Amino acid sequence: MKKSLSLRAAILSVALFAVFVLAWQLATLPSAGTETMDPEYAKLLGAAASTGQKSSMPTPLAVATTIWRHILDPFYVNGTNDKGIGIQLGFSILRVLVGYLLAALVAIPLGFLIGMSPLVYKALDPFIQLLKPISPLALYTIKDSDTSAIFVIFVCSIWPMLINTAFGVMAVRREWLNVARTLEVNAIRKAFLVILPAAAPTIMTGMRISIGIAWLVIVAAEMLVGGTGIGYFVWNEWNNLSITNIITAILFIGLIGLIFDQLLARLARLVTYPE
Amino acid sequence: MKATSPPMIQVQGLAKSYGPTTVFGDLWFNVEPGEFVCLIGHSGCGKTTILNVLAGLEQQSGGEVIVAGTQIVGPSLDRAVIFQGHALLPWMTVMGNLAFAVRSRWPKWDKAKVRAHCQKYIDLVNLTGAEGKRPAALSGGMKQRVGIARALAIEPKILLMDEPFSALDALTRGVLQDEVLRICRETRQTVFMITHDVDEAILLADKVLLMTNGPEAKLAEIVVNTLPMDRSRSDVHRHPAYYPMRNHLIEFLVNRSRVFNDEIAARPFDARHRPFVHPGAREAGVVPLAANGRNPGK
Repeated sequence: MKKSLSLRAAILSVALFAVFVLAWQLATLPSAGTETMDPEYAKLLGAAASTGQKSSMPTPLAVATTIWRHILDPFYVNGTNDKGIGIQLGFSILRVLVGYLLAALVAIPLGFLIGMSPLVYKALDPFIQLLKPISPLALYTIKDSDTSAIFVIFVCSIWPMLINTAFGVMAVRREWLNVARTLEVNAIRKAFLVILPAAAPTIMTGMRISIGIAWLVIVAAEMLVGGTGIGYFVWNEWNNLSITNIITAILFIGLIGLIFDQLLARLARLVTYPE
Repeated sequence: MKATSPPMIQVQGLAKSYGPTTVFGDLWFNVEPGEFVCLIGHSGCGKTTILNVLAGLEQQSGGEVIVAGTQIVGPSLDRAVIFQGHALLPWMTVMGNLAFAVRSRWPKWDKAKVRAHCQKYIDLVNLTGAEGKRPAALSGGMKQRVGIARALAIEPKILLMDEPFSALDALTRGVLQDEVLRICRETRQTVFMITHDVDEAILLADKVLLMTNGPEAKLAEIVVNTLPMDRSRSDVHRHPAYYPMRNHLIEFLVNRSRVFNDEIAARPFDARHRPFVHPGAREAGVVPLAANGRNPGK
């Protein structure tokens, strides 16, 4: 009997994952300690190098152990440079949410205005075109580190929301607006009952793109700012030569990004209407 | 008695041009209260523009429109529009779409009153049971019924229809025409409708305005429907006046709409007083209207 598509897809996914882990395992098998090196130097390099392992790449098992250790104790604090991954992720999520929500507060009303008024659109267009291509990281130097991180998120997530909102509002079907006009609907009711629901799917798409970009940028931003956050954690573990920790962090970054995306996809589905 | 009330719609010297192109110029006609008037013409004669001007959605280049004694400026709840593409708001249910219109008309009504009023019109167009459905879940005919219900629910002075059935299949169109005929007879609603369907006009209209081809389209004549008021789609074609009516309209659309300028070349064209014609009046035993478009005598 033919199995359902999603079941077959799941089986294929698991198989691919197994092949990947196996290949990883084979690639990182320790070769017999043929390498001879100065014990002083070996001591400096750390355990992996001194036991004669070919690469500094850890085995899948080592990574799995590290992940498990982080899951069991995500919120420990052993001094400034050694905090649990949960705390680091928490800092990052907080910064992203603050910057993102501030951006939404500015971008959506402003996008609405741009979409409704050709005058505002023409007047603001040169500024938008000029500011949009600036890398948010270039704006890093503006203020102290924590404010800067939030500011960077704000700047990088504002554009997709602004542009999508303006576009969504501009693209509201003429006939729907004509319905509102023939019913003598006032401006506020028209904005909230006709234009906003009509543009909502496009606005949500912009919000989804923005959260994706914000989450990408926060890692780079925190590598620069230091102190806390998952970006700093990756940077710090790179300095510690702890590849297992870096891989763990990368997996968690991917996971949180996925959750953000799915949450917004859910929200988008709520406001989508079939035509 | 009918002659004492003023016309519901007075179109006086209406003109529209886009740049140097005159779509139509100097258009004069009246629509009496309770009358169903169809406008027939080919594409490009400005039919939809005339309707949009009446609706207040478009600005004319000249002339004026007086509805119920008041010159119109912009759209109004007194003039409901049934759009060609139904124009329902897809994120609202059938009830929601109607309630949106009803609340716009009577902002002070409470929820229960709005609901009851909407329900009345949903029942009127035979959509009982579909109140909670979204437009996407409805067939084309049902969507247009909602459009009709929404327009009627605000109890407008006049109803404007822009080829409301042209996007529907023949069977659905027939059923909806019957319903519109029934509703308009019941409510004595004043209707102005754009169509290019001759049979639709014969079935529904009391008067048919014939437009010549654009640009510079003119109102050629006003055809008075000589068929009895109680006509229905199933028996209208058996009436002796049906074929004279139909032939007259088809002849106009096929030939005269094109060469009308030659037809009137010999004599002066009086845009203000277009003739009333009564095809099949002899067969139907109808007394022609007086020159002012009203019943003679009395």
